[in-house]
Amino acid sequence: MPQAPVDAPVAKTKPPALPQDYFQLLKPRVMSLVIFTALTGLVAAPGEIHWFLAAVAVFCVAVGAGAAGALNMAIEGETDALMRRTRGRPVAAGRVAKGDAFAFGVILAAFAVMLMGMAVNWLAAGLLAFTVVYYAWFYTVLLKRSTPQNIVIGGAAGALPPVIGWAAADGSLALNAWLMFAIIFVWTPPHSWALALYTSDDYAKAGIPMMPVAKGPKSTRLQIFLYSLVLAPLAVVPVFTGLGGWLYGVIAVCGGLAFVGLAWRVYRSRAGEKPGEREEGLYDVKAEAKTARDLFAFSILYLFALFAALLVEHGIPGAA
Amino acid sequence: MSDPNQSEAHKARSRRNVALGGALALFVILVFLVTVVRLAQNVAG
Repeated sequence: MPQAPVDAPVAKTKPPALPQDYFQLLKPRVMSLVIFTALTGLVAAPGEIHWFLAAVAVFCVAVGAGAAGALNMAIEGETDALMRRTRGRPVAAGRVAKGDAFAFGVILAAFAVMLMGMAVNWLAAGLLAFTVVYYAWFYTVLLKRSTPQNIVIGGAAGALPPVIGWAAADGSLALNAWLMFAIIFVWTPPHSWALALYTSDDYAKAGIPMMPVAKGPKSTRLQIFLYSLVLAPLAVVPVFTGLGGWLYGVIAVCGGLAFVGLAWRVYRSRAGEKPGEREEGLYDVKAEAKTARDLFAFSILYLFALFAALLVEHGIPGAA
Repeated sequence: MSDPNQSEAHKARSRRNVALGGALALFVILVFLVTVVRLAQNVAG
């Protein structure tokens, strides 16, 4: 029998996916904000819930958010590979097969929804299922490539976690739950467009009609400012509905003024005018885009501070 | 000589199987605890 030469090339098998690749599919940074807002909704709701079931509810929201992230990455693998911000993701980089990521997302979503329904209530489970489908199918498949309003309409998915938390604790959907939804919903466009202003060349390359690509940077800067004018007063409303106390009120007023001020700076700047304004890191930008970078960074801090205040006021007796 | 990538793939598969087994065990424990808490609530109510 003929023998292969000793130095003949050996067919390489693909290196297997590592556990951290599957963890990355869950979009842990997005998940942390989802957990935080869902927990706030759960704590702020007037209903009584056993601490263990509350922990299960938050766990289900986290797993559901992770499932939505995995499905998004499975569907967007080719697009992600074209953009600097996303090309290192497991599917885009070829470390996890598209089908594996999709199956992982479906199994996690089914698990999260069923457990939420059995352990907590079916209203919260239904909302969780709706959120996963809304993000993974309605936003990722239908909206993202078809309209520059993608992030506005798709923002509802990111705004629902506090409503799910509220439903888990109370079994109902009160006005204050929808108020938290509205704050995140209106916060999403200026937050996302501030980032898009200095990453628009990436979006253009991938063919995604983000606002700076579709309508231009000037129109985007104006819309960021207009949204900030709606967001700042809206964030103060919980003080008048009984949801927020004095601590929340101070943060909402001061943070809102700072938000409008930074949005005004973006409007007056030339952010997004020149291609390639972003350097290697997410926050490393050239001088023209610094106003947009500052607003993007502050917007995260602002939302975090608002919900942290609600969490403290409702979670610590006597803090309100 | 065996392909180092194949042995690495074998190890990865073993790790994945252990992780899946652990996840399944945790799921069973979780469902048990949820059942106990809900039963206790219903008895108390």
